[in-house]
Amino acid sequence: MTSITDILKEEKTMNRIALTISGLLDRKKDRIRHPFRVIMEKEIADHLTGWRFIILTVIIALTCLGSLYTALSNMSQAVKPNDPEGTFFFLKLFTISDGTMPSFMVFIGFLGPLLGIGLGFDAINSEHNRGTLSRILSQPIHRDYIINAKFAAALMVISAMLFVLGMLVMGAGLITLGIPPTAEEFLRMVFFILLSILYVAFWLNLSILFSVLFRQPATAALSAIAVWLFFTVFYPLIVNLVTRSMEPSAAASPYQLVAFEQFRLALLRVMPNQLFSEATTTLLLPSVRSLGPLTMEQMIGAVPGPLPLGQSILLVWPQVTGLAAGTIVSFVISYILFMRREIRPR
Amino acid sequence: MAGNIIELTGLTRKYGQFTAVDNLSLTVARGEIFGLLGPNGAGKSTTILMMLGLTEPDAGTARVCGIDPSTDPVEVKKRVGYLPEEVGFYDDMSGLDNLVYTACLNGLSVKEAQARAGKLLERVGLGNEKHKKTGKYSRGMRQRLGLADVLIKDPEVIILDEPTLGIDPAGVREFLDLIVELSREQKITVLFSSHHLHQVQQVCDRVGLFVAGRLLATGDVQSLASQLFGKSPYTIEAGIETAVHHQGDGTDALKKREEIRNALLEIRGVNEIREDNGIIHLSCSRDLTGEIAAAIISSGVRLTSLSKREYGLDDIYYRYFEGGENHE
Repeated sequence: MTSITDILKEEKTMNRIALTISGLLDRKKDRIRHPFRVIMEKEIADHLTGWRFIILTVIIALTCLGSLYTALSNMSQAVKPNDPEGTFFFLKLFTISDGTMPSFMVFIGFLGPLLGIGLGFDAINSEHNRGTLSRILSQPIHRDYIINAKFAAALMVISAMLFVLGMLVMGAGLITLGIPPTAEEFLRMVFFILLSILYVAFWLNLSILFSVLFRQPATAALSAIAVWLFFTVFYPLIVNLVTRSMEPSAAASPYQLVAFEQFRLALLRVMPNQLFSEATTTLLLPSVRSLGPLTMEQMIGAVPGPLPLGQSILLVWPQVTGLAAGTIVSFVISYILFMRREIRPR
Repeated sequence: MAGNIIELTGLTRKYGQFTAVDNLSLTVARGEIFGLLGPNGAGKSTTILMMLGLTEPDAGTARVCGIDPSTDPVEVKKRVGYLPEEVGFYDDMSGLDNLVYTACLNGLSVKEAQARAGKLLERVGLGNEKHKKTGKYSRGMRQRLGLADVLIKDPEVIILDEPTLGIDPAGVREFLDLIVELSREQKITVLFSSHHLHQVQQVCDRVGLFVAGRLLATGDVQSLASQLFGKSPYTIEAGIETAVHHQGDGTDALKKREEIRNALLEIRGVNEIREDNGIIHLSCSRDLTGEIAAAIISSGVRLTSLSKREYGLDDIYYRYFEGGENHE
């Protein structure tokens, strides 16, 4: 008899749960959302259900898996006695490679721009070509909602993806290595992911800018990729050509040598990928103490040891600021262009 | 003042050297269906964009529902529904979802939006297709979905920019009837822009004739005719035997035609003569059928037909958009 009452009680509870859930769903449907949220939620849904995002995620996830595999199989050789980074064993997951496969850090630097460009190059022009832009803009919303929401949605999707990937890599490392990361390692990881998000956001904004500038999505995508190729392939070549002709002789004074090296670095730092790789290297390899030339004088007396997190961040602050500035500048340009544009149906 | 829902004064918009809209002043009263009639490129779309605040006028002001769209576009867009020339939908979403999205942008909750969208889709005859992706909709269906999309915000004014473009004649008729019905039912002011005079004539209470950025005349079809044809309210068409052209040599025929022409122009009250394919169109200030017949017959040409024509928008259209030989 008791069992029957139990079952009845069980059913009653289940019913109550079902009612609460449907009530919650109903209430969600009753809620009036701000138009900005409406657009953003739709954009996020579009990204998540679209093939493009799935393909990009698969590419990045596969490369991550590859780099994780090489990192794990080379872990034993990576740790040497008396290594100042010995305490940062866990971070090696992101940085080591055996030469056949780049590390996770390098992969993000290489594929991040692709992700940003892929999610932004048709933000505005495809809406325009479909004829939806003039229809949406004739709704009672401010015009900047569209461009802001598109940016915010893509950024959220990217952040979620990079965080998930980073955490998965950490989790995989945790399982295979059996060593938990220290609090500092974890924080460095989080900062690395935040930095990657900023870097991808830069390329995202650049491609949104091109999507405002060019009517054809293909043109916008190609120009964004052209900029990316220019910075990764041609610009370093040009810098090499320029600096080689100016190289001081071996007999030049140390001041001249330092000035030359600083000049060369300044030229290289125009590249967003240079900024990103400098910043990530510093964050993930705590023994990096300076990103410019150091004299012997400065080195004397230095104890080879890792920098604390705060110091590492301080070291890369200019790089981070530079990336953020680039992101903001391209966003502002596309914002102004978009606000001034006359929206004609098709 | 209270009766006018759209007031445009001295509205001007230039693109470089080209003046798209030139010193346009126009009022539309609440609840009426106003037709903006003009050929392609007359500046109709630009005017509409200025009313919605989607483009800024270079001079002049617009007031829609008493609000200036260039300073407060959002308030205007809350009250005005706009159906662009080629309305676009998200092809990968169903018709219902597209409407719900628009409704949510207008500050409705999803539940409310779904209810209202369902009702409107029924109303425009898309009840059975509401779960179909809009990418699979036909042109006419998209246009009807566009109308539902405009109505979902419960507007005071709807602006339709060439809404019947590319729909087959039966579809057009249905669509226009729907507009009139909805406008009467819900007391919505409609601004209907078209280059298609018959459609405008069919639905509009009042028509504005818009050519090369300027409003030439406004009024209902009758008053438009008397405004434009004030001096010559009659058109008489006289058919003459074309064989006259083949008698004798060419110069003779030309001379003969010239003769008839002069004879006709001498009749008091004939203002304009246009000739094509042996039919002479005469604009007259009085009913001169008898005199014209007499003149033609006495000139020795055989009269094959003679008819008096009533004025419609056709004549207005040709008169202004194509232009005849004016003789005043």
